Amino acid sequence: MNDAIEVTDLVVDRGGRRVLHGITCGVAAGSVTGLLGPSGSGKTTLIRAIVGVQVVRSGSVTVLGRPAGAAELRRTVGYVTQAPSIYADLSVRENARYFASLYGLGAAEADRAIADVGLADAAGQLVGNLSGGQRSRASLGCAMIGTPRLLVLDEPTVGQDPVLRADLWAKFHALAAAGTTLLVSSHVMDEAGRCDRLLLIREGRLIGDDSPAAIRTAAGTEDLEEAFLRLIRDSERVTA
Amino acid sequence: MSLRITLSTAARILRQLRHDRRTVALLAVVPAVLLTLLFFMYENAGPTFDRIALIMLGIFPFVIMFLVTSIAMLRERTTGTLERLLTTPLGKLDLLFGYGLAFGLAATMQAGIAVAAAYLLLDLDTVGGAGLVVVIAVVNAVLGVALGLFCSAFARTEFQAVQFLPVVVIPQLLLCGLFVPRAQMAGWLQAVSDALPLSYAVEALMQVGAHADPTTTMWRDLVVVAGAALVALVLAAATLRRRTP
Repeated sequence: MNDAIEVTDLVVDRGGRRVLHGITCGVAAGSVTGLLGPSGSGKTTLIRAIVGVQVVRSGSVTVLGRPAGAAELRRTVGYVTQAPSIYADLSVRENARYFASLYGLGAAEADRAIADVGLADAAGQLVGNLSGGQRSRASLGCAMIGTPRLLVLDEPTVGQDPVLRADLWAKFHALAAAGTTLLVSSHVMDEAGRCDRLLLIREGRLIGDDSPAAIRTAAGTEDLEEAFLRLIRDSERVTA
Repeated sequence: MSLRITLSTAARILRQLRHDRRTVALLAVVPAVLLTLLFFMYENAGPTFDRIALIMLGIFPFVIMFLVTSIAMLRERTTGTLERLLTTPLGKLDLLFGYGLAFGLAATMQAGIAVAAAYLLLDLDTVGGAGLVVVIAVVNAVLGVALGLFCSAFARTEFQAVQFLPVVVIPQLLLCGLFVPRAQMAGWLQAVSDALPLSYAVEALMQVGAHADPTTTMWRDLVVVAGAALVALVLAAATLRRRTP
């Protein structure tokens, strides 16, 4: 299997504290991989290292065969930060058109991305006047412009209503079927079951890396939340 | 660097400005209102108004654009848009020149209004032409933008960003020749003044005040100010890190 992302012995310190303690993992090309863990576990730091904006202490991150953050990757990796990072004082359409222009794409591509995240009716509204859920969808739409080969999404479904959340996950799988690799972080376990593969992270250490089915089987429970708990207890027993 | 991305970034910044009508109104009106205040302060002081108003036409855009840019760039940083932009094909200079261009255009509008008010309503009298005053004011505004972009790299919060005004702008105001003619300063103060770009902008304006045609000194001063702006933009690019801790 060829990996879109390869992380080897990644160690990251932030604010004088070790946040990632030597993470090694891979993300298969064309898959939807979930990065799950509680708040503060290091998900965002790992994501920042993958998109190449994080200063790392040691270890390596390879994305689509190149070192993370390489100039060539800026055309092919889409990134959505946890807080919606778009311009609140521009309309949804103006935001999308600006981001499209950075990739040399025109208004049609921008409008398509807006429609893809279900914001066609709100395209003319200022982002600052949108609800939190709409805002994060607008941010997501701007990352889907130009059909990136890798989409890295930091908690994209927080605050979305259940129907839209289902729509977004269907969209993620459609993108993966078309060849895009997706890495989606979440702290909500009920989303874990929607992924092809799961990376479970806790306190800066990887405690699980398998398909949801395999994790359920290994932990001996159908409930992923419970499975995660058992994995945590197991990992604590090992370190104790 | 890409011209297309630089232009679309400048257009985006101007669009943001356009949605913020109050800021546009303040940018357009405030310098002219302050000049009017000066006019009444120096009503019976003869040529003093001409001297001070002329210098102020160069100082307002510098100070205002410095402030506006520091805050705008800090906002890019704190809202996460900067981090996101740096993962796209946008080059650092595309962003910085985009700001220079967008706020340079805003400053052209501002300087146009302020200069028109000064000459037409407040009877400002200079030997040289008003067009040159606009040109110097715009170059000064770009200097303000460039220094604002550079300084915002060292600010984590709005409070810190605003503190750079007294640090970077006020010494230049004090030593530019507005309060004390540069020739009358102590030698070491003159040397400091020589190292500050605003001194050259003020000298260029005083040349326009005293000579009918643009002088060599005026052109040299203008090149120095533009060069300082360019250096500040390149330094700002050098301090803009794609990777942060």
